[in-house]
Amino acid sequence: MDLALLSALNVERAARRACVLVTDLGGGGQWLVREDELVREPWASRPLSAALNEALRSGKSGTIESEGRALFLNVQAPPVKLVVTGAVHISQALVSMARELALDMTVIDPRSAFASPERFPSVRLIAEWPDEALKRVPLDRYTAFVALTHDPKIDDPALEAALRSACFYVGALGSRKTHAKRVERLMQAGFLSEEIARIRAPIGLNIGAVSPAEIALSIIGEIVATLRADRLAGRDRAAS
Amino acid sequence: MISTDSDILGMAETWAREGRGVALATVTETWGSAPRPVGSHLVIDADGTFLGSVSGGCVEGAVVSEAIDVIGDGNARTLEFGVADETAWQVGLSCGGRIKVYVERIS
Repeated sequence: MDLALLSALNVERAARRACVLVTDLGGGGQWLVREDELVREPWASRPLSAALNEALRSGKSGTIESEGRALFLNVQAPPVKLVVTGAVHISQALVSMARELALDMTVIDPRSAFASPERFPSVRLIAEWPDEALKRVPLDRYTAFVALTHDPKIDDPALEAALRSACFYVGALGSRKTHAKRVERLMQAGFLSEEIARIRAPIGLNIGAVSPAEIALSIIGEIVATLRADRLAGRDRAAS
Repeated sequence: MISTDSDILGMAETWAREGRGVALATVTETWGSAPRPVGSHLVIDADGTFLGSVSGGCVEGAVVSEAIDVIGDGNARTLEFGVADETAWQVGLSCGGRIKVYVERIS
């Protein structure tokens, strides 16, 4: 691969733009196709664009045959982002797990006593209200959003933004009772019950978690299970 | 499959810019129970230093030695690995799957 091509690929990844690296396995070259190029000419009318669109939609890389050539389509989806409201104890435990899983984590909390660099030395920390903070950290379909403050003043505006976004995961900490009140508030804010049903609450896989680290683990487990839902469904089908 | 191999491609670029000979290995096809999904990367330099994985550690050694040849001659190639055959001392996948790995020089 040409170093300039690898460099261009890394620029797309850093900018969180999905693209496909196409390699002619017979030695006929290599090129990069950005998602937004597929809707414009010359790509829009090329036979290959259907396969490229499908690869981007499914997020799956693979080899295809096109006009007698074997082409490897390597889908480059942006790194998964984890956005959390609440610079709380559970969030501290999430930091090291997110790092291990290569999740790009941001913590938002307007309470500067919580959102201090001493408590969160190695993560992107925004000590502002979610309305302001989310302008700099847009929620896209490669983002998991988690609300952990227990404070509706902070969590609700962020949850509303998450429900209006294409986030693949939305979770909120709180008991069933707390969540029932949250659902009422969101209904009053104009959300439909099927929209609100996207929120995972009580948050996390049920592993009987007690400590902040255990709760963080259950949240991370649920995020991974959502991210890999296709594979999970396939395995369940194979087992039944 | 959404890739979490992000740092591997960044490292491949960093190494190449440092003037090291670099090859990138990518899983292009899998059959059966393969340890790493299609699109997984291993980056290798001319000294055999590597990062990432294309299997659970079963075939990395063979990929690294092929990659050093690719760095030398610049010819990309596809390697295929099947079930491990211990009696023949061949490298292979103990999990019973098969994988194809494309190895190319970064230059």
